[in-house]
Amino acid sequence: MVPFFFVYFSLVSIVAGVLTIAFRNPVHCGLALLTLLLHVAGLFVLLNAEFLFAVQIIVYAGAILVLYLFVLMLLNLKTEERYLHARYAVILFAAAGICGELLLLVLRSPFGGLKGDAPAEAVLKDGASYAIGIKMFSDYLLPFEIVGVFLLGAIIGAIVLAKTPTTVDIEQSDR
Amino acid sequence: MVPLSAYVAVSAVLFATGLIGVLIRRNFIIVLMAVEIMLNAANINLVAFSYYLESMAGQIVALFVIAIAAGEAAVGLAIIIVVFRGRLSTNVDELNLLKW
Repeated sequence: MVPFFFVYFSLVSIVAGVLTIAFRNPVHCGLALLTLLLHVAGLFVLLNAEFLFAVQIIVYAGAILVLYLFVLMLLNLKTEERYLHARYAVILFAAAGICGELLLLVLRSPFGGLKGDAPAEAVLKDGASYAIGIKMFSDYLLPFEIVGVFLLGAIIGAIVLAKTPTTVDIEQSDR
Repeated sequence: MVPLSAYVAVSAVLFATGLIGVLIRRNFIIVLMAVEIMLNAANINLVAFSYYLESMAGQIVALFVIAIAAGEAAVGLAIIIVVFRGRLSTNVDELNLLKW
């Protein structure tokens, strides 16, 4: 059952990724990106990461994608005649070559390594969110706080950037 | 049992797709969407290694990646709104104010 779902989720996410960069209308691109995000969330379930599955759907599909669609509606872009780069054939050819070689290397690698301290049974005993919480608030507390400061900076930056500029009256400010 | 290299291969294909999108699309918003594809490819990689090497660290870093993607989307879309207000275009080829 797991291989079947893996093939389904991975094939649909790859097709949705290609459609995201191939559609002409930006709103269609956003909907293809939504398909990609939901199927990547399905891949997370196959990997015993239920907490990340929920976060992926809530944050990515629920918040980030709605932000994209909101800005698309706000700007009301007209679809352009030439929506691809002038020399896109060269880029496609080079990228296909690089991707092929990468796949060749990846599929030949054994990927052995040192096992960590969270085997599947220990994670499944109390659930993935319990295991993530214990680890995040002990070993990864400092990165967690740094991410909090980073998000605060991003909020302030976005507000300052998107604010309507006020016209400065030079004669008023001179006095 | 799905081998780890299958997940890594899916992630590599998705990353290449996102990279091509950044390079060939001319609409700024679609370029940002392609960046999201690349971040998702990295997340698949992190979670797959976290599962197969039995460590929680990969999932935690994937959470941080999602937080950074949210910040990047907010700031990037704010920049798009500012640029669009001034020039009425989101074409990356026409945005060359900072070009030396």
